Amino acid sequence: MASTPAIVIDQLTVHRGGTLVLDAVTCQVAAGSITGLLGPSGSGKSTLIRSIVGVQKVTSGRIDVLGRPAGSRPLRSLIGYVTQAPSVYADLSVRENLRYFAAVVGAAPSDVDGVIRDVGLGGKAGALVGRLSGGQRTRVSLAAALLGAPRVLVLDEPTVGLDPVLRRDLWQMFNGLADTGTTLLVSSHVMDEADRCSELLLLRDGAVLAADSPAAIRARTGTDDLEAAFLALIDAQEVAAR
Amino acid sequence: MNVRITMATAGRVLTQLRHDHRTVALLLLVPCLLLALLSWVFDGQPAVFDRIGPLLLAIFPLVVMFIVTSVAMLRERTSGTLERLLAMPLNKLDLLLGYALAFGAVAVVQSSLAGAVSLWLLGLDIAGSAGWLLVTAVLSALLGTALGLLASAFAQTEFQAVQFMPAFVLPQLLLCGLFVPRGAMQSVLSAVSNVLPLSYAVDAMAEVAASTGLTAAAGRDFLVLGAFIVGALVLGAATLRRRTA
Repeated sequence: MASTPAIVIDQLTVHRGGTLVLDAVTCQVAAGSITGLLGPSGSGKSTLIRSIVGVQKVTSGRIDVLGRPAGSRPLRSLIGYVTQAPSVYADLSVRENLRYFAAVVGAAPSDVDGVIRDVGLGGKAGALVGRLSGGQRTRVSLAAALLGAPRVLVLDEPTVGLDPVLRRDLWQMFNGLADTGTTLLVSSHVMDEADRCSELLLLRDGAVLAADSPAAIRARTGTDDLEAAFLALIDAQEVAAR
Repeated sequence: MNVRITMATAGRVLTQLRHDHRTVALLLLVPCLLLALLSWVFDGQPAVFDRIGPLLLAIFPLVVMFIVTSVAMLRERTSGTLERLLAMPLNKLDLLLGYALAFGAVAVVQSSLAGAVSLWLLGLDIAGSAGWLLVTAVLSALLGTALGLLASAFAQTEFQAVQFMPAFVLPQLLLCGLFVPRGAMQSVLSAVSNVLPLSYAVDAMAEVAASTGLTAAAGRDFLVLGAFIVGALVLGAATLRRRTA
């Protein structure tokens, strides 16, 4: 990866409610990559994502996104953020939600129908979000993050509970976005999504276990299966710690 | 501040209300029905209804808007939409002013309806003009909105938010001069009532109901109300944190 990184994290430490959640995390996300942020639940993925977006109080360390400190004002129109729980208005229709968020990010109202189609909700544009299924709500939330064509997309478990066809379509869209230079950071606790990423960040207990391409991680651990590779890395770490 | 985002927020809040027909009906009809009940209670004493009726036209909007906005804002916090908005290019005051505009518009309709019912159906007899009655009621609603937005910062659940109404508003109701004139209270209570915002809404309403045109006293009450509204909105903006633990 020769390109300049879109996200640079240096010695990031975060405490939440008195417990250490991220412990001196140092890593990078290459520009134009699809980086998978993988780890078991409770490993600190959402906290890392919140820190990158600039909504998390951090204890120490530094995060730069597109060369600016995370959370700084100019970044707010350059980053698209999807929280784990769909953060959209249940008492508005799909289109009403997206029209509002388009106005906030300064996207053209005509972009709204485009992002509704991108997430496969073309037939549901007039439906109240509260009447949609969980997976459909997740996609409304994703559509809101796509408005205004952000240069960095940070997605916290965007494909949970989606059917395989839809998941494939969304990953195709992610690939299309990466091809046009968008940087994507996608968290998941499902290892089978790891292979769709160009880079992986494996997080465990608030620390980076590995950061490399899926192929390199396989080669290093001598296994074809990424789940097994993850286990091998944990074992190696525990042996080293002894 | 960004006018586009403020207006979009006001429009969004009104659209949310529009989908909730029952809430709209409650917002508009309950004040009318309560005033009708009041006029019936004081059927034999029209002078009492003429004194208390206008005061309630100032009190209802504040109470109702306080509850509605504190719950609405709490929902923004718990649903994650607030976090999303604060990660977007939105100024905190855009959000609060959007809410104030939306609920101010609701208050215009609510107070017009309650005022019209009182004046023309229930026979409320006042010396002042209906126009100033409406202005006072809308200022009172805006005060309720601003205080509700501020109060929501201190609630973690909707149960707590609803409890803030008796905690914040009922003491003001007892001390605002509705039951005992503020000057006739013990000096401690009278001093406390001097710093409570609802007192000024009620004073202003009593003043505009009793006099033709805008008196200096009513003008001063309007200014104090305006200062409370702006102060509560600014404090409310200060409680909205982009970064949370």
